Amino acid sequence: MHTREELLACVVARLIGEARHVAVGAASPIPATACELLKARGQNLRVSMLHKRKGNPFTEGSRELFDLAGQGRIDVFFLGGAQIDGEGSINLVRADGKRFPGSFGSAFMYSVVKNTILFREEHSKRVLVPKVEFVSARGTPGALLTGKALFSWTGQRFRLESTHQPGDIRAETGFDYDAPPQVPVTAIPSEEDLLLLRGKVAQRIAPDYPDFARRVWGID
Amino acid sequence: MAARPEQLAALIPDGAFLALPPDYSMPSMAVVRELILQKRKNLRLLGVPVLGMCADLLIGAGCVAEVESSAVSLGEAGLAPRFTEAVEKGEIRMRDATCPAVHTALQASEKGVPFMPLRGVLGSDLIKNRPDWVVQQNPMQKTGSDPILLVPAITPDIALFHARWADEAGNVWVGRRRELATIAHAAKQTFVTYEELKPGDMLEDELLAPGVISATYITATARAERGAWPLGIAGVYDIDDAHLAQYARAARTREGFQRYLEQFVCIPAKSSSPASSPA
Repeated sequence: MHTREELLACVVARLIGEARHVAVGAASPIPATACELLKARGQNLRVSMLHKRKGNPFTEGSRELFDLAGQGRIDVFFLGGAQIDGEGSINLVRADGKRFPGSFGSAFMYSVVKNTILFREEHSKRVLVPKVEFVSARGTPGALLTGKALFSWTGQRFRLESTHQPGDIRAETGFDYDAPPQVPVTAIPSEEDLLLLRGKVAQRIAPDYPDFARRVWGID
Repeated sequence: MAARPEQLAALIPDGAFLALPPDYSMPSMAVVRELILQKRKNLRLLGVPVLGMCADLLIGAGCVAEVESSAVSLGEAGLAPRFTEAVEKGEIRMRDATCPAVHTALQASEKGVPFMPLRGVLGSDLIKNRPDWVVQQNPMQKTGSDPILLVPAITPDIALFHARWADEAGNVWVGRRRELATIAHAAKQTFVTYEELKPGDMLEDELLAPGVISATYITATARAERGAWPLGIAGVYDIDDAHLAQYARAARTREGFQRYLEQFVCIPAKSSSPASSPA
């Protein structure tokens, strides 16, 4: 049996596909796990983790990450949001009188990186809203993945591609979206992938995401 | 040249426009604690490009009037509680930015040009809230529409950070954290604390030189052993994650934050009990 995190990492790995260079920002253990899984499968993938404590890929800090992205040298990036709306806009600044940390590099990255994947584990009407209160960044998402479902982007709207568990996704989503008559269940991790995740991948993730590795794989 | 962190802090006046690095890029926490002890007021902080505990301490202690940053957060430890409350209550002004806009604006200053263009950002509400940012047609594009964002040069009054080494020639070594050089190049004055003094001139060492910021840009330095603590220096000491988590819990309330200051910044307790020594 797989964990929820393992399932999400396998979906992210699929979304990354044949990319050559993926950048991973702060607090993103699942995207980082997906990248390590692709490498463990033998894909020739460069992964630049901005917050890597030892052997950080950059020698000019985050400025180098943004310059790389501006030149088109980053194929895939991940963004989240305190709010995400049906037009694909994200809000990292404020909502309902509450202040959030801020937009970080999102306003730039969303429009310059070809494949920006929106990823937020919480799937609720609080997060997935009809219209964000503040547009931190607007762009063309490659996909939207939550803890409950995977959406593709049609060019104007989201389309529900699959759900990780049976359930009423429409009741938990604040924006309108397209959906096929029969919504498939998200493909579960293969036995081969689970072996890699629990072996090589877990060992590689633990130094930068110790809490995550402890929780998901019991690594201390 | 100043010799102690409190002397550097004394050179940073009320109202200064102070550029600070993120928690992962060696803030001078030794001077930040001194600024709190010296009751500095109305500082304008610039996050290059984001801020963390370093700024949250100054905000909570009432030293700050305005923050310009792409984000303020404690990373894995969660929201920056004093920043969050101060913005929600309107106690400080927040100028929201986005990371590459801050880097680009400092690079404009570094080159002595009034502005620099930056791709992306169009369509973000950040632009509506930044009357100083300009969206214009790309003048190099003769046919067709190509709007592009122009950000004005940012010139901080003071850049403040910590370094692994300083030397007898007044240079400092920041290693891979070369984005700190951009802040030093752009700022009118740069104050640096350091772990250890090296004899001689690091620019004469081919292996050290690429990680050096030349004395040309450094106004004053002060020795501060473990001066980044509870933050870290890669390869020397790690960020004290447990302390950061402890701070995040304490700073959820004003009272908890005040107790934190009494314990770790040595602000005398209101009950006039003797201040404890720093960890």
